[in-house]
Amino acid sequence: MSTEPDVVNALSVQEIDAIEAQIAHLPDRESAAIEALQIVQRARGWVSDDSLHATAQLLGMADAALDSIATFYNLIYRQPVGRHIIMLCDSVSCFVMDGDSLRGRVTEALGVELGQTTADGRFTLLPIVCLGACDRAPVMLIDDQLFGAEQLTDLDAILARFE
Amino acid sequence: MEIQTGQETKPLTQRIIDAGGLVNLATYEAAGGYAAARQAITEMTPAEVRDLVKEANLRGRGGAGFPTGVKWGFVPPPEKRSLGHVYLVCNADEMEPGTFKDRYLMEYDPHLLIEGMIIAARAIGADVAYVFLRGEYYEAYRQLTQAIADATRLGYLGERLFDTDFKLHLSIHRSGGRYICGEETALLNALEGKRAQPRTKPPFPPASGAWGRPTIVNNVETLCNVPGILRNGADWYQLLGSGEDAGTKLYGVSGRVNKPGLWELPIGTTIRELIEVHAGGMKSGYTLRGILPGGASTDFLTTEHLDLKMDYGTIQAAGSRMGTGTMILMDDSVCPVAMARNLQHFFAQESCGFCTPCREGLPWLEQLLADIDAGRGKPGDLELLDKNSAFIGAPGNTFCLHATGAIEPLASALKYFREDFEAHIEQGRCPYAPQHIDKQAVEA
Repeated sequence: MSTEPDVVNALSVQEIDAIEAQIAHLPDRESAAIEALQIVQRARGWVSDDSLHATAQLLGMADAALDSIATFYNLIYRQPVGRHIIMLCDSVSCFVMDGDSLRGRVTEALGVELGQTTADGRFTLLPIVCLGACDRAPVMLIDDQLFGAEQLTDLDAILARFE
Repeated sequence: MEIQTGQETKPLTQRIIDAGGLVNLATYEAAGGYAAARQAITEMTPAEVRDLVKEANLRGRGGAGFPTGVKWGFVPPPEKRSLGHVYLVCNADEMEPGTFKDRYLMEYDPHLLIEGMIIAARAIGADVAYVFLRGEYYEAYRQLTQAIADATRLGYLGERLFDTDFKLHLSIHRSGGRYICGEETALLNALEGKRAQPRTKPPFPPASGAWGRPTIVNNVETLCNVPGILRNGADWYQLLGSGEDAGTKLYGVSGRVNKPGLWELPIGTTIRELIEVHAGGMKSGYTLRGILPGGASTDFLTTEHLDLKMDYGTIQAAGSRMGTGTMILMDDSVCPVAMARNLQHFFAQESCGFCTPCREGLPWLEQLLADIDAGRGKPGDLELLDKNSAFIGAPGNTFCLHATGAIEPLASALKYFREDFEAHIEQGRCPYAPQHIDKQAVEA
């Protein structure tokens, strides 16, 4: 239970402004649900129950209704994640190009399996479907940066860029 | 008739090639950009725009190949609909595994898409448009956001375009993920902020789509074809194709070829030319065995199909679909059972969960394939796969075509690579496994 519910629940002015800007493109407030969850997540890393509640309030919808949406979409995190998200493609082109080896190298370098976060909270490793860069397979995304096979030969150097 | 000297032959990518990368607003305008939008709004009626695109025979590049101008004509005319918005939605949710064409267009020539959307909006009378963009497409988001701001600043978007009453409000929806969002009615639910479950049809989106209003959903590449048609006409567009279809196509090849990549070529270019010329042929030591011609949800073709033209009709007649036109190659080092399993894992995971055959059936198929791949297959398993594939994949047993698409690569793998499936069961192991282990040991 939160000790300071008002403070924890409150969305920042920046978050509210960004969500309202999305609502302006849409015929009603609830339609901004997916965008709003992602805005909150970009600011906070993930969507806690408190954040979900505050967002639902802003959109004028029930917490459960918003949660049913949040839990449908894989890019919305309802549990804490690391400072950086690594998304490793496990779709067919990367499979053909020996994506299994890349997965082995990444899990070994991080010391965690898919779906886990490193003990220092630095990386969360997730599987992802085709990232639309199959000519560079196997590929992975770290936060908003895409890396292809030609760059991933030096995995340690790439990981070192994300502290 | 043939294409005249000096006429465009790569209307989708020539500007990108000339610019050596990103085409910004100044470059786009210098290359004649936004003149087609001006023409559509100031010199043509919506019906004339629709007729031109119909006459050009532009077919949807998202995979289904439906004639674009015909689809536009399904929006009820103003006198037959209630007052309110008409929506244009660009499906930029590119999530078909093996597909990497729309991202390229959006990252390097975002104004081409915007101009295509302005013209499409004119054709259907839309006043509000959305780009439904994959959440993971960060660079495309950055470029589109910048391009929309630039276009708005110069009056190509917003109120009173080209000093007419025509207006268009364009914004981006960043998706929260899930392959099913590419299905057009699921996409509309996601756009409305809901779970992306497909809707029942009818009503079809042109009559009742986003928020119950007339809505047209077009793929990125489809919309990017439109400005060229306005600039050069329907005859030119037809001449661009090399078979029964018109225009150019962004074709891609991934897998163990020397030069995996993406090329704009006459639609109807043969599979052989794509693989052997543009992709530089198979890598030394690897032999081609199977081809998924247009993404994960298309049926396998084999080396006997190399001389087929990559167009809608030809590939369909061969039992598959051109789909997105970006092919995935299976070479002789890849275990067909493992590849089928990888594909079913994707489809099982991405089922929206609404219909039982898809939600329960696809994970069940994945498990059976995993068992066979691991050497735990039993006599009769292949017949079980055949039977359940036929049931799960039959259109009409599920709300949308997700399960149907899932079964296309599986049923065709069972047909063309059956001896590999049988070998797994007979030997109680994956015949490819030692090869994989040896190769990894060598690389290590």
